[in-house]
Amino acid sequence: MNNLPLDGLVVLEFSQYLSGPCAGLRLADLGARVIKIERPLHGDAGRKLAIKNLWADDSSMLFHTINRNKESFAADLKNEEDRNIVKLLIEKADVITHNFRPGVMDKVGLDYEKVKQINSRIIYAEISGYGKDGPWKNRPGQDLLLQSMTGLTYTSGNYKDDPIPFGIAIADTLCGAQLVQGILACLIRRQKTGKGALIELSLMESLLDFQFELLTTYHASGILPNRSGVNNGHPLLSAPYGIYKTADSYIAIAMANIRDLSIAIHCDQLEHYTPEDAFGKRDEIKTIIASHLLTNTAQYWMANLHDCDLWAMEVFDWKKLTEHEAYKCLEMEQKLAAVNGKEIITTRCPIRVNGQKLTSNKPAPKLGADNRIIMQELLNIQL
Amino acid sequence: MKPLEDIVVIDFSQFLSGPSAGLRLSDMGAQVIKIEKTGTGDICRQLYVSDIRIEGESTIFHAINRNKQSYAADLKNEADLARVKQLIAKADVMMHNFRPGVMKRLGLDYDVVKSINPTIVYAEVSGYGETGPWRDLPGQDLLLQAVSGLTWLSKNNNDDPTPMGVAVVDILAGTHVAQGILAALYQRAIKGTGSLIQVSMLESIIDFQFEVLTCFYNDGKELPVRSSINNGHAYISAPYGIYKTQNGFLALAMGNIPALSLLLQCPMLADFTNSAHWFKQRDEIKEILANHLETQSTEYWLSILEPADIWCARVMDYDALMQEKGYKSLNMELQVKTSNGLSIKTTRCPIRIDGNLLISEMGAPFLGEHNGQIEKQFGLIS
Repeated sequence: MNNLPLDGLVVLEFSQYLSGPCAGLRLADLGARVIKIERPLHGDAGRKLAIKNLWADDSSMLFHTINRNKESFAADLKNEEDRNIVKLLIEKADVITHNFRPGVMDKVGLDYEKVKQINSRIIYAEISGYGKDGPWKNRPGQDLLLQSMTGLTYTSGNYKDDPIPFGIAIADTLCGAQLVQGILACLIRRQKTGKGALIELSLMESLLDFQFELLTTYHASGILPNRSGVNNGHPLLSAPYGIYKTADSYIAIAMANIRDLSIAIHCDQLEHYTPEDAFGKRDEIKTIIASHLLTNTAQYWMANLHDCDLWAMEVFDWKKLTEHEAYKCLEMEQKLAAVNGKEIITTRCPIRVNGQKLTSNKPAPKLGADNRIIMQELLNIQL
Repeated sequence: MKPLEDIVVIDFSQFLSGPSAGLRLSDMGAQVIKIEKTGTGDICRQLYVSDIRIEGESTIFHAINRNKQSYAADLKNEADLARVKQLIAKADVMMHNFRPGVMKRLGLDYDVVKSINPTIVYAEVSGYGETGPWRDLPGQDLLLQAVSGLTWLSKNNNDDPTPMGVAVVDILAGTHVAQGILAALYQRAIKGTGSLIQVSMLESIIDFQFEVLTCFYNDGKELPVRSSINNGHAYISAPYGIYKTQNGFLALAMGNIPALSLLLQCPMLADFTNSAHWFKQRDEIKEILANHLETQSTEYWLSILEPADIWCARVMDYDALMQEKGYKSLNMELQVKTSNGLSIKTTRCPIRIDGNLLISEMGAPFLGEHNGQIEKQFGLIS
């Protein structure tokens, strides 16, 4: 797509792994030129982090997924010559992101106060694990640990289960997404005032924000959220909210009036309950629904539930999902240009602008692949 | 100065996806005006979503809609619609999350709105996109989790599909639409052009799974296999997961198995020297680890692992977390007040700008609370 909203912006990404780099990916898809500043030899530590032992070249498939549509500039921030070139790049840049532990950027003289002197219009955005003060500031900011510390692991699974983590890096993802929001808001302000900005986020604050409904309810009641005893979907929500097994697969039922549900699925036992029982007798009601739904197929129940306009859907795995017309018509997949003769299929940006999907087939860069062109284009230095 | 001061957002959205985007924009300084149906308002005020209530409305409504104004209008009434259109003419952003077609029927789809206000940023959140067989189905969080494959990633391999216990789809879709709106506002500040921004909950929850879906697409469409015990992430090797100790639970992220064997004095783990096997043999490793960690307290293990910089943490619930200095030092709690003096404790915006917290004491509005004020501010007449 031509004419992307962030055309012309230059972002220097000192971030590694997922939280900062997923912010860079979104900015790139929205049109910014995102340049990863990576240490020579190793680069972003995420290059060597593989899941399922999948590799694209000498970097992991995971790295390629997160860092497509970016450029790479190799520089050793501990070396003065390299650092001086990076400072020249900072003069030309609009945005900097990093997710080092507190103090690291200070040590190489690239903290906000110093960078502001080089470029007063810069939007300097940083992610920490736990904030820059407080007793946890030097702890590793890793997703599972943050989930575990913020109470999040008591929201999924059932009452008697051990704490259950979300099986995706939720803290990293949200923190990166919020970093993008902060950056864009300050770019808008800069357009009016000429002022740069410092944006700070932490994985912990992002995950607390994520639980704002639960936390507000906790503050009001003083009671810890309770997962339901069976078929938990959300600790605050009443029966029937949850996922249920049927004779052949699973269905999800969201908020529904118990009376309406009892009619839709012809469950006589439910007739004894009123909507007022939906919280207090949540487990009892869900147990009845669960055993009733085992008696017929998912398709049968779905037809009944949708006929009555109740909120329900079949539970899919990715095979079923990706074969479904509802998925195909979104055209969520895109193919990246080959790396080492290998084309990677990945997802595109989920935001559409003026009816257009934002796609790009530019694969993740090799370490330092763009040093020469960046020096030439941004600094007018020929190598 | 908050970054979005002087930006006016007209928000027709209900429940959580759109309103959570409105909340973020208001926290960053925008004036967010909820357009609510006369008599009932945002369905979230009424819907029985929590048994803890504030002023007869759910705690959830108050959490989502603090720092906003409410303008009550019946969009099917001509005079009301005329006023709303005058408001739209002066707004910077308009947002809704109705099912596809609803805004067209009301005469407030993008084409109409663009003719009233050519530089407006018009944003919409749908459940499943504008086309396709699911377009008219309800875009509800649990249902989107169910159809997107997400429920096969948490809990253990032999367990049923397990939803995430927070409205993750709504929140991500809200986050994405806020990103789109802000990018479009930036472009407008440079070029003076308006935009249409569209996000669907299905695309948002697919995006959330981009790392693992990319594995699936490129690795012969193999479905995820959660580990049989202590699953933390279907695609990550041992020890990644949460483990029971003598008195609580301990989280262990990525770690070197022989190193753990030495530190924890667990000789049975010493043989797993080849890191390539930590994925394939993760159930075996995790089982040994699980049995071993149950023999001592969480504090005991942390006192060994933390000094060695092993990625670990004590698992806490809200009661435990809120006793911690590390929590208190973040000042994450925010006290807001409704116009009749009721005080509510909630969380603040997680973003800090120029070293400042983005806070506002303004609580959620009562339905139609700001009609007079808004009519005056924008000179609305019928």
